[in-house]
Amino acid sequence: MSNETQSKSKNKRTLERAAIRFAGDSGDGMQLVGGKFTETAAVYGNDFATLPDFPAEIRAPAGSLPGVSGYQIQFSRSDIHTPGDAPDVLVAMNPAALKVNLKDLSEDAMIIVNSDAFTPGNLKKAGYASNPLEGDTLKGFRLYSFPINKLTSDALESTELSKKEKDRCKNFFALGLVYWMFDRPLDSTLTWIVSKFKKLPAIADANSRALKAGFYFGETTETIREFYQIPQAEVAPGIYRKIAGNEATAIGFVTAAQLAGKQLFYGSYPITPASDVLHELAKHKNFGVRTFQAEDEIAAIGSTIGAAFGGSLALTGTSGPGLALKSEALGLAVITELPMVLINVQRGGPSTGLPTKTEQSDLLQAFFGRNGECPLFIVAPATPGDCFYMAIEACRLAIKYMAPVIFLSDGYLANGAEPWMVPKLEDLPAIPVHHPGPMEDFQPYLRDPETRARPWALPGTPGLEHRIGGLEKENVTGNVSYDSENHQLMVRMRAAKIAGAANDIPQAKPDGPDEGDMLVVGWGGTYGALRQATETLRGQGKSVAHLHLRHLNPFPANLGEVLKRYKKVVVPELNAGQLRMLLRAEYLVDATGINKVKGKPFQVGELTHAIEEALG
Amino acid sequence: MSDTTTIAKEQTKKLTRKDYESSQDVRWCPGCGDYAILATVQRSLAEMQIPRENVVFISGIGCSSRFPYYMDTYGFHSIHGRAPTLASGLKVARPDLSIWVVTGDGDGLSIGGNHLIHCLRRNVDVKILLFNNQIYGLTKGQYSPTSEKGKRTKSTPFGSLDYPISPLCLALGVETSFVARTVDTDLKHMAMVLQRAAEHKGSAFVEIYQNCVIFNDGAFKGITERSVKEDNCLYLEHGSPMVFGKDKNRGIDLEGVNPRVIETNGETDSLQVHDEKAAEPTLAYLLSRMQNPEFPVPFGVFRSIERPSYDEMLVAQEETAISRTGPGDLAKLISGPETWEVKPQ
Repeated sequence: MSNETQSKSKNKRTLERAAIRFAGDSGDGMQLVGGKFTETAAVYGNDFATLPDFPAEIRAPAGSLPGVSGYQIQFSRSDIHTPGDAPDVLVAMNPAALKVNLKDLSEDAMIIVNSDAFTPGNLKKAGYASNPLEGDTLKGFRLYSFPINKLTSDALESTELSKKEKDRCKNFFALGLVYWMFDRPLDSTLTWIVSKFKKLPAIADANSRALKAGFYFGETTETIREFYQIPQAEVAPGIYRKIAGNEATAIGFVTAAQLAGKQLFYGSYPITPASDVLHELAKHKNFGVRTFQAEDEIAAIGSTIGAAFGGSLALTGTSGPGLALKSEALGLAVITELPMVLINVQRGGPSTGLPTKTEQSDLLQAFFGRNGECPLFIVAPATPGDCFYMAIEACRLAIKYMAPVIFLSDGYLANGAEPWMVPKLEDLPAIPVHHPGPMEDFQPYLRDPETRARPWALPGTPGLEHRIGGLEKENVTGNVSYDSENHQLMVRMRAAKIAGAANDIPQAKPDGPDEGDMLVVGWGGTYGALRQATETLRGQGKSVAHLHLRHLNPFPANLGEVLKRYKKVVVPELNAGQLRMLLRAEYLVDATGINKVKGKPFQVGELTHAIEEALG
Repeated sequence: MSDTTTIAKEQTKKLTRKDYESSQDVRWCPGCGDYAILATVQRSLAEMQIPRENVVFISGIGCSSRFPYYMDTYGFHSIHGRAPTLASGLKVARPDLSIWVVTGDGDGLSIGGNHLIHCLRRNVDVKILLFNNQIYGLTKGQYSPTSEKGKRTKSTPFGSLDYPISPLCLALGVETSFVARTVDTDLKHMAMVLQRAAEHKGSAFVEIYQNCVIFNDGAFKGITERSVKEDNCLYLEHGSPMVFGKDKNRGIDLEGVNPRVIETNGETDSLQVHDEKAAEPTLAYLLSRMQNPEFPVPFGVFRSIERPSYDEMLVAQEETAISRTGPGDLAKLISGPETWEVKPQ
């Protein structure tokens, strides 16, 4: 496996970065090999970003176009922020995978195909009239066509496995080949295979053999003349791990509960792409995390409100359609002024929409999707790793101000992974919590003069017996009140409480020039693409700054003033212009939009181009 | 300091019904059956000496759902049909509390039917009191899911078309561990049932026949009025034969899988004996199907079995997890299964 041996017969080239897409049937294990490649890149020391892209169907008909599952990773020796616009390498395990992904590839991309899967039946399912490996459809690409089924099967000849079992190992053969091609070590994947198939040693052995066979095949085949090296990235010193957004979200909330000295409660109903948060939290019973898989979305938030009343750090999680179902109960959380967090992992809408694709189209629903005047906090993480910090921030706001918080993640952040510097526990500030003790004449709506928060009085405390609910309450006493003056006071009070936190969150500080031709304003999961695009433009001498909002309600106190320092304000979003509408309404600024609603993240190229056009 | 001392003193003194009354004026219609239920609940809690601070009443929307405001305990008047969800979350978070849900036939069986089912099937340790008046009161008189078919109301001037749902059949169908029925006019019986419900560990479901004087007055008169009650009601007693009638001269026995009414002539040996602890809810289900005029309507505890409650099992799982792996190590959780170090250059 040493580089020396390889370099004798093959030419090694050093690259700045590469983007690889693994694609195959949803049963081919492409997410798995993509994940393993990512771990190896992480341990190797590259910077990286990933984008899994899988169908909504669990197992669409084998070989069909809708059944194609893909996983893209860009890895690099320098700082990168996106999974790459156009893959440099496509691994296509069947004709459908080739067909679906071909249009996305860079001009002279390398294509590795499993020729064994290019049977008349599969070609027909993919809608190919003739075999694309034979004509000149793929002219311009560097095509490597290998009989991966056969090669895998040959490598496993001495094993007792059935043909079907041997065929299942082909993804590891393909992974081994790509490992060789990018000069990667096999250790981390081999270790994983052994531990994953601990109880099935024959399978572990076969997968290990397939992986190695793919690697050695790359080394020995005459067809491939060169291989590539992407050296370690220069990043800030520290301990790193790989993290995906949903994972960071779950861990962030467990951490927040510990920082607040609270039991964590999570009431949720399974929904793509939020379910992984439930799966992750359900593992952590030894942290005192109590998960409750409710009968529906409404029950999930109802249980959360109940747990919050009982003194838990209470969360619910969902995606767009679930947020719609939870809206009445969110109103209840607002009027009862209880602390809770709603995680909304956005996906394509409306209605069921595109369950496995990303979008940012729930912003206005988060702001306004309830009856009555019903403001609450809204935060949005910018990167997978940032989900951890914004989870803690969401809890801080909820507890300090006694109000619900919506945490707006999205499908791209949820499933995308990046290297993440592991924070030190001692660097994370505690979240102060106060529960009043026994007293006489307790007033459940007597407010903290600074935050306007009402007390978080817990059942079980003698003397604090009180009633809350969805009917309007008299300020201070908390008694039911239909008084018109009191209602206006309470509506304004609830709004002022949220707005008042603007001074308790970081000020808006754009990257790039403090004033100039253009400010690009974004929020949520588009951070990486916006950062890369604006950095590129600044590198070309353009006066373009980038502001990424992580607090959406309230906005940072200085936002209006910042917007006015630039000649133009452009708001790129994966929706039809929701933040833009809010900025225009709030600050009377002539913001324009760059909008994409394709269920896919922005590509750096298209974004750079659109911003350039807007610059004029 | 002085506050705590006063409260400590209060804690040692015996609780009376008054202690459970909140300062709010009760605003149900004069003559509403809810008054009797409120008074009986307050009296029963005092009887059992359950500390006020450990009691939480949770309701949804409807006339019955104003209940928590009148109790000087912790209370939550939530949204329509969702009280069991809040109660479940609260019980999971705080198994130490005595949690009661107050709901009605509309709140619990129409808009909130799903939550009721799931709360009961999970056997969450909450007590659910369903005030059944067979009408929508707060929205002023539309038919409800328990209204008899053909009911003429504002929304059904030609008579309702829906077949009614039986709350007890539903509760037994999801294997609720405690199922009972009582009525707002029989305070003693109601107190007994409430006490049994409170003592039960797990979900307790109590249907309370409740009279709406304004929109459905006299709905249960033909069953529970003093002059007919003995002939039209069957009072269930665990281990006793099912006897009813003014002269205790009639009873229930089973013919195959069907109950029937027979004349006893003082001979009760052949009668069906009530067994609220039967593992299978079959007998309780047959009882829940019995309606006037063919049968007397059963009152009392239909079913009361022991099975672990959701909250108990959850706490046990948590304890097992901690004893197996020790309390969670946060630093380890954050750093995950694999890390790498980037050293200063």
